[in-house]
Amino acid sequence: MKENQKLPEIVVSSGSMKINKTGSWRNLRPEIDYSKCIRCMICWKFCPDACIKINKEGIKLAPRENLKKEPAPEIDYDYCKGCGICAEECPAKCIAMLKEKK
Amino acid sequence: MKKLLIGNHAVSYGAMLSRAEVIAAYPITPQTQVVEELAELCASGKLKAQFIKVESEHSAMSACIGAAQAGARAFTATSSQGLALMHEVLHWAANARLPIVMANINRAMAPGWNIWADHIDSLAQRDTGWMQFYAETNQEVLDTIIIAYKVCERVLLPAMINLDAFFLSHTAQSVEIPEQDMVDEFLPPYNPEIKLDPDDPRAFGGLLPPKYYMEMRCKLHSAHRNALKIIEEEEKNFFKIFKRKYGLVDEFYTKDAQIIIVTSSTITSTAREFVMRERKKGRKLGLLKVRVFRPFPFEKIRGALKNCEKLVVIDRNISYGNAGIFATEIKSALYGFRNVPVFGFVAGLGGRDVQLEDIEGMVDFARKKNFSKDEIWWGLKK
Repeated sequence: MKENQKLPEIVVSSGSMKINKTGSWRNLRPEIDYSKCIRCMICWKFCPDACIKINKEGIKLAPRENLKKEPAPEIDYDYCKGCGICAEECPAKCIAMLKEKK
Repeated sequence: MKKLLIGNHAVSYGAMLSRAEVIAAYPITPQTQVVEELAELCASGKLKAQFIKVESEHSAMSACIGAAQAGARAFTATSSQGLALMHEVLHWAANARLPIVMANINRAMAPGWNIWADHIDSLAQRDTGWMQFYAETNQEVLDTIIIAYKVCERVLLPAMINLDAFFLSHTAQSVEIPEQDMVDEFLPPYNPEIKLDPDDPRAFGGLLPPKYYMEMRCKLHSAHRNALKIIEEEEKNFFKIFKRKYGLVDEFYTKDAQIIIVTSSTITSTAREFVMRERKKGRKLGLLKVRVFRPFPFEKIRGALKNCEKLVVIDRNISYGNAGIFATEIKSALYGFRNVPVFGFVAGLGGRDVQLEDIEGMVDFARKKNFSKDEIWWGLKK
């Protein structure tokens, strides 16, 4: 079959966005300092691209003992574009925007 | 069942009988009764559809796009400024190949503010990839909505059914309302192969780089060309059940006509009456109604115009800096085929009535002259 005939009639992916990673053009990379993170999840709420996941197990590094078992935010670098909204909104100022290394 | 229906209610009944599943619309004069009736039909349970109230026409079309992408039969209706506001998403609906059907009540554009019949609103959306039908009667409006869904879902294109403001939208005519089971026989439920589905997740309308963009646009264009054949097929199927047919074009006494009048929408009925009167006097006059404007039925038009000596094209629109749009397109159909004088009349803008005497005057004008370089503005104040 010729290439044009193989193309579908409509513009559609053959699978979900799970196979199409879109974080490759990030210039700045958000990094959470869990020793300051208060687990408020404001970053999760504000992320415009749903790139912050919730780690329900909790993360041992925390500013206070009782936060260690609380759900913690985790950045999904497969899709994060580095817009920096999480860092801007973070009340604990614990997200740093670092230059992405390629 | 026969009922007296205004054009707007013919639209609503067409959508109801087609079993539209999602209706998203924003009211605008002269379309409002379409939405009012559909809202009542939904509220009373006669029509089992999701009625989405939206804050603008752009949102109405966007909601229809989402619904159609999820595999629902979507419907909306608008007019003039509302259609213009939809412009961006009209491209989206066509490029995404979604079979949405929309009624547009043809109305002039402002300023000056004008709510009356004029075809500039829909013709300005000519190149968005939507099929365009122009209806002459309320029966044709209702039937075309049902036919359009069938065609749209086969060729994966959206369609716009156009009817003249007030001349059809607010004028009651006797309309045969088809039985639901007969419509169901003609139009089965819509069930697309690829749709928004959590069990089969896909990304729609993603990035299409230069390497593939042209190919996808050519497929859309081919779908339009193919739609000409599909419309004719489905009109035959419709005729078998309902005994009514309309055609891509409607030829009336064209075979031996010396002069053929080319019209669309309601001016056609007046021209038809004039042709009948002239025929009684033995004058060889004919009429060609262009019902389907996109896809443009080149072959049908050439076939109808193969013997005539002159053409009178009546345009209820003007493409500023060029001429009437139908006249321009008819000329393009004649290129390389026949060299006959085309008299392009711009008439009836902003709802100005085009009467028998006007059509008589246009035909007289064409009889006396051999050629007209420019369009003729008919009935302009001296």
